[in-house]
Amino acid sequence: MQIIEVRDILEAEVLCCDEILTNEVNNAFSSDLMSDVLAFVNGKTLLLTGLVNCQVIRTAEMADLNVIVFVRGKSPDKNVIEMAKQGNIILLTTRDTLYTASGKLYSKGLKGINI
Amino acid sequence: MSAIKYTFQIEKDDFSRAGEASSSIKKILMQVGSEPSLTRRVAIATYEAEMNIVIHSDGGTISVMIDPKCVMVLAKDNGPGIENIELAMKEGYSTATDRIREMGFGAGMGLSNMKKCSDEFSIESKIGEGTTIMMNMCVKEGE
Ligand SMILES: Nc1ncnc2c1ncn2[C@@H]1O[C@H](COP(=O)(O)OP(=O)(O)OP(=O)(O)O)[C@@H](O)[C@H]1O
Ligand SMILES: [Mg+2]
Repeated sequence: MQIIEVRDILEAEVLCCDEILTNEVNNAFSSDLMSDVLAFVNGKTLLLTGLVNCQVIRTAEMADLNVIVFVRGKSPDKNVIEMAKQGNIILLTTRDTLYTASGKLYSKGLKGINI
Repeated sequence: MSAIKYTFQIEKDDFSRAGEASSSIKKILMQVGSEPSLTRRVAIATYEAEMNIVIHSDGGTISVMIDPKCVMVLAKDNGPGIENIELAMKEGYSTATDRIREMGFGAGMGLSNMKKCSDEFSIESKIGEGTTIMMNMCVKEGE
């Protein structure tokens, strides 16, 4: 799924890096636990999370993730967005809850990862 | 060819800078053209080690020795040490406080993640002295 579709499905706002919204993601993973993300997630996976601190961006950087969706209308501080820009990580924010956002994407065909 | 060695100082409780060492290590590996899945394993393992030093220890260092096929990581801290290593290694075991959990840590997965990422893994710890973790990661056949 193209990230631009994710944006439309979740009626999300793009916080950074709109120039790469045509990039693709193959799967999604929803979690507020960074070590779970690091343990299970790989490559072209979208991360949905309720956390907005700089560790989320670091985690994405380490696990080679290129898109993060913040749920419940959360938005990180400027310096966190700046960090994402440096790493070419797309940040989106949606008003949906983690459950609802995950469900919407799943029903449109974006599946979870196999663990 | 001799290995390149880097050492990074890790401060306890410094959450604004936590992850910088691992980020630098990842960048170095990408610069020297290290194989991508090896780079990813090293990045994840060093990040888990770095966060543990920030969260659970009194501060320490992370050193990496990089040679073309393998990366050796040494994470060393100045205490307080781990009383029961077997328990600490268990997935889901964590002593993280609520404050740490709110930041996204405390799943109790870090040490087992490190082990999974490594071809060789060893951990030694002494109460009052500190914890030393050694990890060796090499390019896998066919990569
Ligand atoms: N360097 C260390 N010094 C002292 N205690 C440690 C250290 N590293 C880990 N521990 C102890 O071992 C436990 C398990 O560590 P582990 O990294 O597996 O999980 P965690 O850090 O609690 O959570 P997660 O890594 O999933 O965010 C910790 O909760 C802590 O009690
Ligand atoms: Mg940990």
